[in-house]
Amino acid sequence: MSTTDYAPTPDATDYAPKPGAAPVGRMLLAQTAFETRMLLRNGEQLLLTVVIPTVLLVLFSAVDIVAVEGPGKRVDFLAPGLLALAVLSTAFTGQAIATGFERRYGVLKRLGASPLPRWTLLTAKTGCVLVTEALQVALLSVIALALGWSPQGNPLTVAALLVLGTAAFSGLGLLMAGTLKAEATLAAANLVFILLLLAGGVIVPLSRFPSAVQSALELLPISALSDGLRSVLQHGASVPWSDLGILAGWAVLGLAAAARFFRWE
Amino acid sequence: MHSEPAVKIAGLVKRYGDKPAVDGLDLTIARGAITAVLGPNGAGKTTTIETCEGYRRPDAGTVRVLGLDPVAQNAALRPRIGVMLQSGGVYAGARAVEMLRHTARLHAHPLDVDALVERLGLGSCGRTTYRRLSGGQQQRLALAMAVVGRPELVFLDEPTAGLDPQARRATWELVRDLRRDGVTVVVTTHHMDEAEQLADQVAIVDRGRVIATGSPEELCRGGAENALRFDGPPGLDLGPLLKELPEGATAAETSPGGYRIEAPVDPQLVATVTGWCAASGILPERLSVRRRSLEDVFLDLTGRDLRS
Repeated sequence: MSTTDYAPTPDATDYAPKPGAAPVGRMLLAQTAFETRMLLRNGEQLLLTVVIPTVLLVLFSAVDIVAVEGPGKRVDFLAPGLLALAVLSTAFTGQAIATGFERRYGVLKRLGASPLPRWTLLTAKTGCVLVTEALQVALLSVIALALGWSPQGNPLTVAALLVLGTAAFSGLGLLMAGTLKAEATLAAANLVFILLLLAGGVIVPLSRFPSAVQSALELLPISALSDGLRSVLQHGASVPWSDLGILAGWAVLGLAAAARFFRWE
Repeated sequence: MHSEPAVKIAGLVKRYGDKPAVDGLDLTIARGAITAVLGPNGAGKTTTIETCEGYRRPDAGTVRVLGLDPVAQNAALRPRIGVMLQSGGVYAGARAVEMLRHTARLHAHPLDVDALVERLGLGSCGRTTYRRLSGGQQQRLALAMAVVGRPELVFLDEPTAGLDPQARRATWELVRDLRRDGVTVVVTTHHMDEAEQLADQVAIVDRGRVIATGSPEELCRGGAENALRFDGPPGLDLGPLLKELPEGATAAETSPGGYRIEAPVDPQLVATVTGWCAASGILPERLSVRRRSLEDVFLDLTGRDLRS
């Protein structure tokens, strides 16, 4: 074993104090880029955010496993649901797991002694989520278009739904990461992902559920997001106010609860 | 330069539940020096340091770090201090050099990252992610992250725990260079030799209070552990020797052929003993002088029972 990989004698470096925080814009950019790099390097995260939505889109578009409702091709029903799933996977599941383990391994604590302000850290996390979602949306859209998808509606309305959905899921994800143990967050975030995948109108239409269950499921953020995206992209609706309202409600609740209960270590 | 101390703690109390972790602690840390905070497990060292870093809000007492309140003026304090936690603090999937480079980007005038990487031997970590680095590599990375922002004051919580001797020396040398260039260093440690070698000032903490402070020399002065030992043929008559020794000295054969002289250890004592040996035709083997070490002081003050 080599034991001499450190410089044996003091070097000429001047360690004289010259403290100072970097400009906040530079810190924000650096932190966003770093968190995005960490996420894109993580195999489990990529499985969740890229592989699963892509496979589901291709599989269910090609094979008639789940009978879709409404006129048009299956991909027109599936693409909005899988865009909603992409938001869920990144803003909720991925962010909760990553943040939970950052908390567990003292990363958040250590950053708490760095010049990086907390709001900058949280903004960087949001930035990382938005960058990842942009990549997901681009990838899923290209595949869906190749499968014959013909999206309708106003792109700005779609963007508003995605952003509000991101806010809602981020609040819930951070609430989970900031209150539960990392292992519990890992398990719970994955469980919630699967449950919402099945019961949130992503690939299974909510109309397949008994009507009493259906009206409860419609209040879930994932249902509001997939329903809102579908009504715009599939049916060309103008603004799905009730879905936006449900998402806004979850966003306010989730972010407020996260702000109140989040533990940094 | 600055007359104001780097850290001033008065009457600090911090409880976890009913149990006080820190119980009326007073401590003043001078600028530009290396201060070691020693204490048994659970003595309150880490709680005290973490209060200085702004992580804990005191239940009572006041804490000023570089003249600032670590909680209320946290944002102003953070860029000026460097922090090495006892463990962790790095993204599990990050590589050593990229993590250090990222930490440097959060500061206005960071050190040259490549030189620091070279100095602490982090270049050999390559593409290995943090969770797969050896314990020593993780410690060296955390140390590098604490100093890269050119802080005025560095808090190192057990920086050499689990390090091999080479890495310990590399850490000590870096800490000495920090002092040379005017950085204040506060280090907690269990290693008495580390405090003895490194520290200008030592504060011994026990049960949430500072029970002794001073330079290692001041703390080691006095006490009963002053002795000289040597091995020789068994059964020597020590009477003639005792007459040559100062008043109050004792001499005894503590095991067959093992002799122990208790007296204040100074050059004259050694000369007297070896002179007597020479006159008696005895070669004193394994001659050793034993001064009271910091460990003796520490154990005298904190007791020899195991702590939980």
